[in-house]
Amino acid sequence: MHGGVIAALVVLGFVLPEYHHGAMARILVLAVFALGYNVLFGYTGLLSLGHAMFFAAGLYGTGLAMQQLGWSAAAALPFGIACGAALGLVVGVLALRTIGVGFMIVTLMFAQAGYLTSLYFTEYTRGDEGFTIPQAARAIGGLDLSNADTRYLVAVALFGVAMLLKLWLVRSPAGRVMVAIRENEERTRMLGFDPFRYKLMALVVSAAFAGAAGAAYGVLFGYVGATFASIQYSILPLLYVLLGGAGTVIGPLIGTVLMFYLVDFTSSLTSAYNLVVGVALVALILVARKGILGTIRDKWARWIP
Amino acid sequence: MSTVSTSLIATEGLTRDFGGLRAVDHVDFSLEKGEVRAVIGPNGAGKTTFVSLLCGRIPPSEGRIRYEGRDITRLPAHRRVALGIAYTFQITSIFANLTLFDNVALPAQKHLSLHHPGGSIRDYGMAALERVGLADRAEEQAGNLSYGHQRLLEIAMGLAIHPRLLILDEPTQGLAEGEIARFEALVREVAQESTVLLIEHNMDVVMNLASRITVLNFGAILAEGTPEEIRANEAVQAAYLGG
Repeated sequence: MHGGVIAALVVLGFVLPEYHHGAMARILVLAVFALGYNVLFGYTGLLSLGHAMFFAAGLYGTGLAMQQLGWSAAAALPFGIACGAALGLVVGVLALRTIGVGFMIVTLMFAQAGYLTSLYFTEYTRGDEGFTIPQAARAIGGLDLSNADTRYLVAVALFGVAMLLKLWLVRSPAGRVMVAIRENEERTRMLGFDPFRYKLMALVVSAAFAGAAGAAYGVLFGYVGATFASIQYSILPLLYVLLGGAGTVIGPLIGTVLMFYLVDFTSSLTSAYNLVVGVALVALILVARKGILGTIRDKWARWIP
Repeated sequence: MSTVSTSLIATEGLTRDFGGLRAVDHVDFSLEKGEVRAVIGPNGAGKTTFVSLLCGRIPPSEGRIRYEGRDITRLPAHRRVALGIAYTFQITSIFANLTLFDNVALPAQKHLSLHHPGGSIRDYGMAALERVGLADRAEEQAGNLSYGHQRLLEIAMGLAIHPRLLILDEPTQGLAEGEIARFEALVREVAQESTVLLIEHNMDVVMNLASRITVLNFGAILAEGTPEEIRANEAVQAAYLGG
């Protein structure tokens, strides 16, 4: 089934009109962000309000390495992912001492600190205004990443790899422990598993996915700015996951697509589009508490992973 | 204490305070390999706190715990499980949203990773369900089981670890008569390979199963001995009758 999703995405790349083609490439990168968020939230049961910092770590890690140090995209991309994972490790060691609301607040504070840091070093980051990565630098091997068709296929490839990695993780023994921690942490501990270790692992994986999304965003779309470190980008992956279905493999993609087009469509009608989006989300939660795919799974298709 | 050499787990001066309340008060306790030991006592005697100290759910205020001669007083709970100490909860603590199989797969995975890398989680998990008679319901959601069956699943999770010391906290609470008979047979079988420490209120179960009994009262050991000795002990009778 997951192979089918990737095949469908590739086919879509050839049939979509230009505007939606570009939008879909953006959505796929954001969906990688959502997949990573879901590892932590949907599978391990930890609600972070600070994931923008991991996305921004990837974005700035890659962007600054290219802009300031003159690195190639091929070197800067993995560096961005490593930045996300490393920040996840540091924040995790500190934030995972708290639970529940405490964890939400601590991650939120770290993310705000990250956002302010990106503004403080305006000399390098250009703050809210941001900076662009020159088109010439945005290439790996012979692939011109600023070309729309190439960009789309690279986005599909990234999403495919991320999805398969996540599928492998949640079906692995470690994935079983993560779900057990979500369901009943004390029982999991008394079956011989160290919850801290597995929660830290989930957070680092989640942050690496977010970092990969940020790094890819910088290279594919050529723009690096502080907006991506703001609170909005911590809330969005949560909404993507809730909308699509927490604890499902494909749900985050569905949520990202819907959320993106919901904002896209309503903002073309009214400047109060956030109100419309809010009402739509409330309605969805009332009808389908577990998100779209989560509800479908509960009612009709228990086999959906 | 010449029994030290054969004791599986032993405590010295084990104490736990909750604020001003001393729940466990300088307990010197020793459990021999192969025993089925029952811990009894009036409500609030400190039984659950005592076994929680043994398995590491809560840290002691004072005293020491030795397991197979090794000091485990500061060892975290999950590391004690790796040494073979399994605990089943007094208040049923299963993974209600997961299937029965997934409930036992987790401890089976732990056991296999420690002792039989490469073993089949499915085989070991199903064997644990088999032992409590729930194998045919492996794919059902655990939260949909009757209370009695949830208690049995809880025990199956403990068995799947293949523990050297199995601590059961009021396992028969809420079980029907027929289920209790089944439970007694199960404990006898488990006792062939594991040492069992059992907190139990049902005195018939205690008298049927235990080779020795420890009586706790106000956090301290009031008496210890064979079922016959405990039955004849006047101090125990007084504690239970409130005299």
